[in-house]
Amino acid sequence: MRSWAWGRRLLRAEFGLVVAFLYLPIVVVVGLSFNASGQPTAWTGFSLDWYASVLANDALLQAFRNTLIVGSVTTVIATVIGTLLALGLERTVRSSLLDSLVFVPMIVPDIVLAIALLSFYNLVFAGLLHLELGLWTVILSHVVFDIAFVAVVVRTRLRNFDRSIEEASLDLGANERRTFFNITLPAIAPGVIAGGLLAFTLSFDEFIIAFFTKGTVETFPTQVYSMIRFGVTPEVNAIATVVLLISITLVLVSQRLREADV
Amino acid sequence: MKRRRLLLLGPALGWWAVFLVVPVGLVIAYSVFQRGTYGGVVPTFTLDNLVRAFDPLYLRVFLFSLRVAVITTVIALVIGYPTAYLIATLPRRWRTPVLVLVILPFWTSLLIRTYAWIVLLNGEGLINHGLESLGLIRVPLPLLYNEFAIVLGLVYGYLPLMILPIYSSIERLQPELREASADLGGNPLRTFLRVTLPLTLPGLAAGCIFVFVPSLGNFIVPDLLGGGLSIMVGNLIQAQFLKARDWPFGAVLSLALIAMMGALLFVQAWLQDRDRRQAIDA
Amino acid sequence: MNIRRTHGTGRRALALLGVLALIVAACGSAASPTPEKPSGKIVVSNWDLYFPEDLIKNFTAETGVEVEWSKHTTNEDIVGKLDASNGNGFDIVFVSAPFAEGLNNRGWAEALDHGKLANVGNLAPEADKLGYDVGNKFSVPYTWGTTGLCYRSDLVTGTPSSWNDLLKPSAQLDKKITALATDRWLMLPALKSLGYSVNETDEAKLNQARDLLIEAKKHLLAYDDTTFYSKLVSGEALLVEAWDGWCNYGITDNADIKFVIPSEGSDLWSDTMVILKSSKNKAAAYAFIDYILRPEVAKTVVDLTLYKVPNPKAMALVDAATLAAYPNLAMTGAELLKGEPERDLGAAAPTWARIVAEITAGQ
Repeated sequence: MRSWAWGRRLLRAEFGLVVAFLYLPIVVVVGLSFNASGQPTAWTGFSLDWYASVLANDALLQAFRNTLIVGSVTTVIATVIGTLLALGLERTVRSSLLDSLVFVPMIVPDIVLAIALLSFYNLVFAGLLHLELGLWTVILSHVVFDIAFVAVVVRTRLRNFDRSIEEASLDLGANERRTFFNITLPAIAPGVIAGGLLAFTLSFDEFIIAFFTKGTVETFPTQVYSMIRFGVTPEVNAIATVVLLISITLVLVSQRLREADV
Repeated sequence: MKRRRLLLLGPALGWWAVFLVVPVGLVIAYSVFQRGTYGGVVPTFTLDNLVRAFDPLYLRVFLFSLRVAVITTVIALVIGYPTAYLIATLPRRWRTPVLVLVILPFWTSLLIRTYAWIVLLNGEGLINHGLESLGLIRVPLPLLYNEFAIVLGLVYGYLPLMILPIYSSIERLQPELREASADLGGNPLRTFLRVTLPLTLPGLAAGCIFVFVPSLGNFIVPDLLGGGLSIMVGNLIQAQFLKARDWPFGAVLSLALIAMMGALLFVQAWLQDRDRRQAIDA
Repeated sequence: MNIRRTHGTGRRALALLGVLALIVAACGSAASPTPEKPSGKIVVSNWDLYFPEDLIKNFTAETGVEVEWSKHTTNEDIVGKLDASNGNGFDIVFVSAPFAEGLNNRGWAEALDHGKLANVGNLAPEADKLGYDVGNKFSVPYTWGTTGLCYRSDLVTGTPSSWNDLLKPSAQLDKKITALATDRWLMLPALKSLGYSVNETDEAKLNQARDLLIEAKKHLLAYDDTTFYSKLVSGEALLVEAWDGWCNYGITDNADIKFVIPSEGSDLWSDTMVILKSSKNKAAAYAFIDYILRPEVAKTVVDLTLYKVPNPKAMALVDAATLAAYPNLAMTGAELLKGEPERDLGAAAPTWARIVAEITAGQ
C-alpha cells in the first residue's frame, strides 16, 4: 500500500494549497479589520474601532439579519422542491431534453432574470394586488435558481442508486412514504446537505436579483455593494470578519451536537 | 405513476412556470420589438435587433468570454476534483465539517473578497511587496487588471460550485470498489482512471457546468479584477439593459446566449444518456 | 301634542344627526387633509454615504415625516429598476443630471411647483441655467461640480494641463493612469480633446473619439470609478481622470495631490433630486427637498462629501480651513457654467453603448 500513501500525501498537500488559496483574501479582510488605519497601505496599530462602528451601524446589522432570513427560507423551500425534482427526473423522465431543462434557470443571465422578475412583480403584486415588494419577493426569486442547483447536486447522488434496498423495504410491507423517509432520504442525505449548503451560499451572496426585487429593504449584499462607493471601508471588513466568526461558531456547535447524538 | 410524477415534478415546474418562464419569456419577446426613443419598448414588430446581433464586435466579445470561461472551468476542475476527492474519502465524521470549512469563505461577500484580491494583487499590493522584500523580483508583477486576474477571480468565485457536486458523487461510491480494484492488481492511478473517474462523471459534468455557465455570464469580475479593460458577454448584456436602456437588443443577446448554452447542455445530457445506455447494454 | 313622543323622536333624530355629522366630519377630514402640513412616510433612493449622518433624523424630528432611505450603487441600477417597475416604487430619487432628464422624457418626473419650495431661492442663479433642465422644472440640483485630472504633483514632472496628458501619456505615466468607467465620463476626455460636445451624437465624430480611446487604452492601468483616488495615494497611479469632489478624498490622505481642469474644457455634472409622478406623498417629498435647500443643511452635505452644492449661502458657511485644503471647493457658479452639462442621449444611447463596447472589448 506504499503507492497509496504517496498519493495520499500529494492529495493532502494539494488540499492544503487550495485551503491557503481560499483563505488568503480572508486573512487580508480579517487583518484589515483590526488595522487602526483601515487602509491596506499601512499598518498603524491594532484597533477594535471598526467593530464598534459595525455594532452601531443599524442599517448593516438589519441588512445582515434580512439576508439570514432570505437565505434560510430560500434554502428550505429550494431543498425540498429541488430534491423532489431530482427524484422525479431520475425516475420518471426518460428524455435527455427534459433532463437538461433543469439547467434553464442557470443559463438565463442574472440581469435578465432580475428585471424580468421586477417587471412581473410590479405588474402582478404592486399593480393588481397592491402588495409591496420586500424580502418575500427576494425569496420567491432566489428559489427559482436554487431549485436547479439543488436538483443537479442531489441527482449526482441518485445516479446508479441501488434501488434494491427500496424494493426490499416495499416487499417487507412498508408503504412508499415510509420507504422514502426511512430508506431513500438517509441514503441521499449527503447530496441533499451538499445541495442545501450550495443553495444557502448562493442566496446569501446574491446581489443583482436581490437588488431589483427587494423593494426598499436592504439585504447584506446590497448594503455592502452600496457601501463600496469608496472602495471597501474598514467597517465592511469588520462585519465580514464577524460573519466568518458566526459561521465558524455555528459549524463547531452543530458538530458538537452531532457528536453528542452519536 | 402519473400522480407520483406530478408530486415530484409539479412543485418545481409550477414554480418555474410562474416565476421563470412567464417573466423571462415576456422580456425575451421584446427582442422583436423596437426601442422607444428614451428607452422603453414600442410594440412595433422589427427584425433589426436580430440583424444587429451578427456584428463581429459581439462575436469577438463572445469568443473572448468563451476562452476565459473554458480556462476557468479547466483550472477549477483540476483544482477542485482532488479537493473533493480528499474530503469525500475522509473518515465519515470529518466530511461535513471539512466541506463546510471549504465553503466558509463563501459566506463572506464575494465583493469584499474580490476587493481583498485587489489589495493582494495590485502593483503596490501585498504579494508584490512580499516578493520584492524577499528579493525574488525587482519590478512589480502585473497580476491585476488583465486576463490572469479575471481567471483567478472566476476560479476563486466558483470553486465551491465545482467541489460540491463532485464531492456528492464521489462520496456515495463504496470504498470497497476501489479496494477491490487495488486487490486485483490495479495501481491507484489505474483504479482512479478506470473505476472512480467514470463513476463520478455525472458530478464532474455538473461541476463543470456550474462553473462554466456563470463564468461566461459574469460581469463583476471583468469590471473589478479586469479593470474594465476587457468586457465579457455579461457586461455586454448588462450594458444593453442598464446603460443603453435598449431592452429589445438586450433581449436578443440574452436569447443568443441562452440558446447556445442550452444547446451545449442538451448535447451534454444526450452524451451522458448514450453512455449510460451503452454501459447498460454492455 | 304628545310631548313624550316628540321628545323621543327628537332625541333619536338628534342622535342620528350627531352621528351623521361625525361621519361627515371624519370623511371630510380624510378627504381633504390640511394641505400645508406634510406627514406620513416617503421612500428616497440615494447613494449610500450621500446623506449627512443626521440629516434624515433631524428632518423627521422636525416634521414627523418618516424617510426610508433605499440605497443604489449607480445611476444605471436605479434607472433600470424604474424601467422595470414603470416609474413606481419611490417618492424621490437622486440621480445624475442626464438620468434625470431621461426620467422626465419617460414621463415619470413630477413637474415641480416652485411655490411649494420656499427655499428654492437659495439656489445659485446659475443653477437655473443647467442645460438638461433649464429652470429646474423637474429636478433640483443637490450637488454639482466638474471633471478633470487628479495627479500626484510630487511624482509627476511638469503640470498636466490637457486631456492629452491622459490620452497620450508620457513614458513616466505609462500604465500609471486610470480613466472613469461610466460611459459618459469614459468618452469625455476624447470628445473634449477633439473639441466635440459631451452630448455628441454624430457617428463620425464618435468614431474619431473611439479610435483615440482605443489607442489610449493601451497605456491605461484600469477603468476605475471608485478607488482611483486611493491608487493615487498608494502611488499605483500617478494621474487619473476624476470628479472634483472625489479628488478631494485623495487630497485628504495626501496633500501633494492636485486637481486641474484641462484647457480644452470639461463638463458640469450635477446630482439632482427628482420627485416621481407616482409618488403618493408629494407634500412630504417637497418638504424634504425644501429642507435640504436650507443653507445650514446643505453645508453639512459639503462637509460630508467634499462636493460643491449649488447654494451660495451654504458655501459661505463652509469653514475657511476646508476651503483652503480643497481649492476646487471655491469654484464659483460662473466658473462651473463654463462646463457643458451632460444631457440624455435619447435615441443615440444604443450607439454610445456600442462605441464603448468597441473600446472596452478585449483583443
